[in-house]
Amino acid sequence: MLIRKPADIRSSEITSEKNYLNRREFIRVGGIAGASALAGPALGAIVPAEMRSKLADVGSSKLSTIEVPNSYDDVTTYNNFYEFGTDKADPHENAQDFDPRPWSITVDGHAEKTGTFDFDDFIKPFDLEERIYRMRCVEAWSMVIPWVGISLAEVVKHYQPTSRAKYVAFETLHDPVRMPGQKNRFSLDWPYREGLTIAEASNPLAILAVGVYGETMPNQNGAPIRLVVPWKYGFKGIKSIVKITFAEKRPRTSWNMSAAREYGFYANVNPEVDHPRWSQARERRIGSGLFASKQPTLMFNGYGAQVAHLYDGLDLRKNY
Amino acid sequence: MNTLQRVRFVGKPLVFLLCLAPLALVIGDAFEITGRLGANPIEEIQDRFGIWGIRFIMITLAVTPLRRITGWNWLLRFRRMLGLFTFFYVLMHFLNWLILDQGLLLSAISEDLIERPFITIGFAALLLLTAMAVTSTNGMRRRLGRKWDKLHYSAYAVGALGVGHYWWQVKKDTSDAWIYAAILTVLLGYRLWWKRSR
Repeated sequence: MLIRKPADIRSSEITSEKNYLNRREFIRVGGIAGASALAGPALGAIVPAEMRSKLADVGSSKLSTIEVPNSYDDVTTYNNFYEFGTDKADPHENAQDFDPRPWSITVDGHAEKTGTFDFDDFIKPFDLEERIYRMRCVEAWSMVIPWVGISLAEVVKHYQPTSRAKYVAFETLHDPVRMPGQKNRFSLDWPYREGLTIAEASNPLAILAVGVYGETMPNQNGAPIRLVVPWKYGFKGIKSIVKITFAEKRPRTSWNMSAAREYGFYANVNPEVDHPRWSQARERRIGSGLFASKQPTLMFNGYGAQVAHLYDGLDLRKNY
Repeated sequence: MNTLQRVRFVGKPLVFLLCLAPLALVIGDAFEITGRLGANPIEEIQDRFGIWGIRFIMITLAVTPLRRITGWNWLLRFRRMLGLFTFFYVLMHFLNWLILDQGLLLSAISEDLIERPFITIGFAALLLLTAMAVTSTNGMRRRLGRKWDKLHYSAYAVGALGVGHYWWQVKKDTSDAWIYAAILTVLLGYRLWWKRSR
């Protein structure tokens, strides 16, 4: 019957959920390494088993939602990552061969500490935490994703921005050989760019994610490190970051450069301000099945208690 | 069998079944027999029916040029069926949007139809196709006479509205929409060239 939810019939998903719980149990009991053997064979089709590895010493967070996360399949097969193609199935197909190692991240601009750091050295000073967040795409669909990441606020503090630093700008790797979607002339201007105000970047909700479901970040989700700002539309969550700049002026951001009328710098989730071509009042929760109705979109994606104060006095209709 | 019989008893049933293939694949994928509809099945169904609507209007509009180039006059016998399949896939695209996507929520449906131009023009194409579908019988054609020809020239308008509807809803990568626009230009261009050269 069509009425069945896909989640009920895909064996890979059932495996995924079970393994997920197993992994959480492992983490809780003692962070035993080498648990990637737990990954069921059915999952190997999406992310090859040899590319999956468990993250150790992941703490939990009170900022996590209690909503049930989407399946590993949903999270890793339905992606907007134009560096690997403009269809949502493209990234999981075209990012398989991407090797996110070695990886270095350059920190520059108005900060006391700057330089280029190897990925492992970059994240070493910070605690890994699981953050189960709602993710609302500007295309009016949403998921619940169990990210693993480090606090962006802690990262900002660590590099000691000077008083001139008003914004934090991010850039994705620009390498058309490794990221074939960057060869498409009809796509965005590369590299992908995003930015936050320093206050936004210092909000406890913002993280630099390095994994999902207790494992390292799949390539199609932005390996090895990406931004997650759950009160903003998904396109703010820049993937495969190679550069972080403490800037005085508001940085240019990719979708805003592409269509300023449709995508603003702030891009806060807001059911009252429609995209020029579609309504933002409701959203489709991925995984809810063929016959589920859309659900109402919440202001700031339901994170108003944590972030609404950042926008006091700001006209959110103008500053969409 | 003569050509007419071959078309009627072999060609038409075969083409009919072939035209049902995109529908069969959607159903097969929904039951996870032939494949999958993916994480967002409603969007996937929407996109597939929509793109087949555009493909079928292109195929239908290609019948006359192909007939003239090849001299195969029997091709004309397939035109009505192909046109009706265009209507069918566009209707399925519309019903999927109405029922599964919008959940028959009237306020959201009317807001979309009025405020979103790409939906307005898509709906206009559906109205034209409906008018052509209900007048597609031999009886209606006889009764309408020259008016029938005029009405059914709007197949080109449907093509243009369809490509516009597709192009307008794309977020960034319009390459596929440009391909359909190019095909439509060639089809319409051929028709104009033919008229002039006669």
